[in-house]
Amino acid sequence: MLQGKWFSALFGIVFAIAGGGHALAQGTIKVAYTDPLSGPFAQVGDANLKQMQYIIDYINAKGGALGKKFELVPFDNKSQPSDALIALKSATDQNMPFIMQCSGSNIAAALIDGVNKHNDRNPDNRIIYLNCGAVATELTNEQCSFWHFRFDLHVGMKAEVMVRALPKDVTKVYLINQDYLFGQSVQREVKNYLGKLRPDVQVVGDELIPLGKIKDFSPYLTKIKASGAQALLTGNWGPDMNLLIKAGVDAGADLRYYTFYAHLAGGPTAIGVGGDNRVLAVMSFGENVAPEIGNKEAEAFTKGFRDKHKFDFSAAGFRTIFEYLQAAVTKANSVDPTKIALAMEDLQVKDFLGFDTKMRKEDHQIISEYFVGIFKKGVKYEAEGTGLGWATSATILAKDVDQPNTCKMKRPSAS
Amino acid sequence: MEVFVVSLLNGLVYGMLLFMLASGLTLILSMMGVLNFAHASAYMLGAYFAYTISQYIGFWPALIIAPVLCGLIGAGIEMWGLRRVHQNGHIAELLFTFGLALLIEKGVQMTWGLLPVPYRVPELLDFPLFKIYGTQFPAYRAFMLLISALMFGAIWLGLTRTRIGLVIQAALTHPDMASALGHNVPRIFTLVFAAGTALAGLAGVIGGNYQVTEPAMAFTMGPIVFVVVVFGGLGSLSGCFIASILMGLIQTFAVVFDVSLADLLAKFGFVVTSSTPFAEILTVTLPRIGALLPFLMMVLILVFRPRGLMGTRDT
Repeated sequence: MLQGKWFSALFGIVFAIAGGGHALAQGTIKVAYTDPLSGPFAQVGDANLKQMQYIIDYINAKGGALGKKFELVPFDNKSQPSDALIALKSATDQNMPFIMQCSGSNIAAALIDGVNKHNDRNPDNRIIYLNCGAVATELTNEQCSFWHFRFDLHVGMKAEVMVRALPKDVTKVYLINQDYLFGQSVQREVKNYLGKLRPDVQVVGDELIPLGKIKDFSPYLTKIKASGAQALLTGNWGPDMNLLIKAGVDAGADLRYYTFYAHLAGGPTAIGVGGDNRVLAVMSFGENVAPEIGNKEAEAFTKGFRDKHKFDFSAAGFRTIFEYLQAAVTKANSVDPTKIALAMEDLQVKDFLGFDTKMRKEDHQIISEYFVGIFKKGVKYEAEGTGLGWATSATILAKDVDQPNTCKMKRPSAS
Repeated sequence: MEVFVVSLLNGLVYGMLLFMLASGLTLILSMMGVLNFAHASAYMLGAYFAYTISQYIGFWPALIIAPVLCGLIGAGIEMWGLRRVHQNGHIAELLFTFGLALLIEKGVQMTWGLLPVPYRVPELLDFPLFKIYGTQFPAYRAFMLLISALMFGAIWLGLTRTRIGLVIQAALTHPDMASALGHNVPRIFTLVFAAGTALAGLAGVIGGNYQVTEPAMAFTMGPIVFVVVVFGGLGSLSGCFIASILMGLIQTFAVVFDVSLADLLAKFGFVVTSSTPFAEILTVTLPRIGALLPFLMMVLILVFRPRGLMGTRDT
């Protein structure tokens, strides 16, 4: 939190000097960012913040939008929906056009509700919610909102990618997920796609665990082993993911781990060498993607972050967000949230790796390419000094994740 | 059977780790009446110290040095902090240690960062000791059991066979009387507090690489340790031991048994369907609430037996 404030203060000073007062006179486009910056999931928020600052720095160096710079204003929400709503209040009080949040679909659900109400009541001070990682499927289906834009694939899409990545010889799987909106969403979608795409696969165990409470997963491993599962499928993130795989590696279980979040900060450290060729992650980006497809520019951008920070760069999706903002603000020729939201619909942007992406108009869900990475030795960029890193084992193009939606969006009246 | 044996071993390891943490706290709480919120912070500091030291001179020196450092910090806290605050009563002490816990967490975040540090099991112990029904039992877990058993023995001998131990025991049950007999009770307080934090530090050294060393580890470990202390009872080391092992086993076995209240009712011929009142609660399986069981047990024991399992005084 403190660090975050220092960062923004520092960036503020840098801009002020660079723009020679010019930037100050014009003001900046403020993006409120709220995520856990303290508490058990602080590592997640902190890693996001550092990567976003790096990206904003780059986007601003490229000219920002309409001659204005973007500015990130962090708010700690301690993983609590109520604190996220306080952040929303502060953001709207200061007339910020955007609020961004990544971790926790329960928080996202509260934010969507809060943003809807605020925008209804204050037509001249609206705010757009940029969702950078809360992926419960409901958020763009039953709960979909005109003011909510999601820049990560939702659980249904990720689950389909995960199920498609299951090798043919795997016929027994075990599911472990966190007991809240997101985890239950993963549980449902994975079972749904297993039934549709791999009817030969048998779910031998299906478990929900309390969020962030378990310190030792060895008992679960005992149970998983006894079930005869060949693969463990999990949507767990943060300590719940790290400790789970660590326990599995320690027990020497003959398992493959299919995860959504093993590649994020802290994951590789917890997995260690024991996870060689066993752990897979359904991910939006990995540091080895750029060298593998021979994109020198993207590689240099990624490496620039690595040179500055001790951990890996995993947030290519965040760069896509700011490129969308840049394009939408320019297209709308305004910083008015309603105009930007309209400009964002059906907008198409080539992401920095060179793949096509699109912001779907019907449900405001991004459609982008996705990767399946496997954690192994002998890659160009190792992860967190473990000697192992994420090699791409499959690339799924945007058109292949374009699942239908059930969104009935309430659009603002023409006024 | 297979699941039972492996779970038993895992439960023992976890229970012994809990005991290392709780034994220090139970001594401090029963002797000084201080509910030390910063106790789990000492556990975290132990892990971080051990990580830093092991980078330079290896794990084995760290095993000694890190707890000693924690003990010194504990002595400092008691002498220059708690002793002053003590005059303002228990509430002040409680708030003092609570603030301290938050400060230590922030301090750790600022020193070592928010991400987990790669504190690993020493190579000498990084091998599977034996295989039981195809599941490896890491040698390091056996080492943890050994250390905690040694520690239990040392505390027990120290408390029952040495002069200072007898004075501590006297102060445990009759603090006012011990002081009236002319023993330097404040010095004993410092000693106990330092020893307690050193034990927590030792638990951190061997628990930090068994779990993950990260700034939230104190926060996740803290509440369960309090449960153990309250459950075991004030002033009783053996109560604390039994409670630790029990909590370790309960948490481990709760995961293994996929049963719910609905299953229990079914035995009596009562079938729960989705239209039954409270069906949501009745069908929740044990593993989903396993982590909450210790807290449920604490509530129950506070209601029905406020002095704890083997406590000598009311909480």
